[in-house]
Amino acid sequence: MYVRELSVTDFRSWAQADLTFSPGVSVLVGANGQGKTNLVEAVGYLATLGSHRVSSDAPLVRRGAAAAQVRATVVNDGRELTVQVEIQPGKANRARVNRSPVTRARDILGIVRTVVFAPEDLALVRGDPGERRGFLDELLVARAPRWAGVRADYEKVLRQRSALLKTARHARGDTSTLEVWDAHLARAGAALTAGRIQLAAALAPHVTAAYAAVAPESVPVGARYRSKVAAVDELAGTADGQDDVTGGAAHAELAAAVEVALLEEIGRRRDQEIERGVCLVGPHRDELDLSLGEGPAKGFASHGESWALALALRLGGFELLREEGSEPILVLDDVFAELDARRRDALARTAARAEQVLVTAAVDDDVPSVLNGTRYVIEAGTVRDGVAS
Amino acid sequence: MFEGPVQDLIDELGRLPGIGPKSAQRLAFHLLGAEEADITRLQDALAKVKAGVVFCEVCGNVSEKQRCRICADARRDATLVCVVEEPKDVMAVERTREFRGRYHVLGGALDPMGGIGPDQLRVRELLRRIGGQQTEGGEQEPEIAEVILAMDPNTEGEATATYLVRLLRDFPGLAVTKLASGLPMGGDLEFADELTLGRALAGRRGAL
Repeated sequence: MYVRELSVTDFRSWAQADLTFSPGVSVLVGANGQGKTNLVEAVGYLATLGSHRVSSDAPLVRRGAAAAQVRATVVNDGRELTVQVEIQPGKANRARVNRSPVTRARDILGIVRTVVFAPEDLALVRGDPGERRGFLDELLVARAPRWAGVRADYEKVLRQRSALLKTARHARGDTSTLEVWDAHLARAGAALTAGRIQLAAALAPHVTAAYAAVAPESVPVGARYRSKVAAVDELAGTADGQDDVTGGAAHAELAAAVEVALLEEIGRRRDQEIERGVCLVGPHRDELDLSLGEGPAKGFASHGESWALALALRLGGFELLREEGSEPILVLDDVFAELDARRRDALARTAARAEQVLVTAAVDDDVPSVLNGTRYVIEAGTVRDGVAS
Repeated sequence: MFEGPVQDLIDELGRLPGIGPKSAQRLAFHLLGAEEADITRLQDALAKVKAGVVFCEVCGNVSEKQRCRICADARRDATLVCVVEEPKDVMAVERTREFRGRYHVLGGALDPMGGIGPDQLRVRELLRRIGGQQTEGGEQEPEIAEVILAMDPNTEGEATATYLVRLLRDFPGLAVTKLASGLPMGGDLEFADELTLGRALAGRRGAL
């Protein structure tokens, strides 16, 4: 798929910007602070209804404006769709598809699909496990939008059960309502865990291959889903990437097995949970383990290795989505400056295969010559485009 | 800002659910221009809603007397009880005109974040009803044969249903059923969301 038209109003630094893209490579060039990243961020927002840079929507609206608008026309297998989102902080987003409003903004997920690689992604390797769980969940939603619902359900049950645990210490003895929430947590948690396990299994070989491509001189890397619950972890170790994540029989079977294991563990740790007043069992405590050679990546990988590994995770996700059909738009936000010449070229060669790549760079020379394409010069809130190089 | 009573009215109206500042203003000026008789009727209704409404001693629905119209109606099947969250859910089921049993209003759903546990709901009253104990009026009600759980199909409603099932399975001979979950009538299959359609598939029935 590719974006043909992008239009933003009152989004970040832009009062108004309209760009026309074609398939292949588009490079947005401009000095720091001119708003290059804001434009690709807008494309990413349509794909995930979230920004890759901030967790709240408030900074996305231009100062002084009440609402921001992002509109894009994407072409997927020759079929054109226009999606539009109005971002009003503190209110629900309003979305339109081909100018008709949809009931929930969530309904537009899946129309624009992107894989964004940005400087923030270093946190995928160096940050807390939450970053990596978020990465897996985002990829699940990109594969099949229904996972947004599965994740939201789990988070709701988790919040309710946590609230109950906080008061449970005072109401000692009576665990009858807690058992009800145990059952719901186990069921919702098992669905999410099983999805992540299958995704991680399918993703791992792509990550290994992508790392070998961008850092040919380095040691092999691995990625594996880790659960704090031993029985679930065992299931994660035996899952293979052949299963489909869209809810096939293998998924149902795995989810059922995980549910049993989670329920048992919740029963075992009941006293501890009541004592501490937090949920100690469930996918919100899981992790995607990244390994570099024999050891773990976190804490051992060098800066360059961490970068290459974060890149491999994104490219692995990209290859996985591509293998399964509709090809996502690849966004490389300000990443070339961080890589040495060899890795730049390796990344550029991989990226050049994508149907559409949107690249931002402060200096034109940072972008390898393999990525020849249309240059857009971003300067003082204006876009000069069509400068082919 | 308007002066005096008009602004007071706008502020009060604006505190109602679903009414923003603009709607409050429109309502206030409508009331300002309304007939004296209309205003008096509205005043009466407002005054009575707090003072004149009681909750039915049997089912917990809003009622005018100690016992609501449905619970007092001898033609309705007292062995069949539909458990709902709110009084407005009673109205929803009543509109179908399909249900000839009685109701039990819980007054909400389990919601630990909102501080709602079983003790805040009318669960004990439900168990007492099923246990066949005499009501305060001294009359012996017929024994309940079936309880229909009709909670909202969301996280809190589902948890409440699960909780009640756990309690009710201890009553020998009592049938406990749950509303079917599936597709809306007059809808299109293609427009159903995945969750609803998935539920409908899981709960499919033999067609022969």
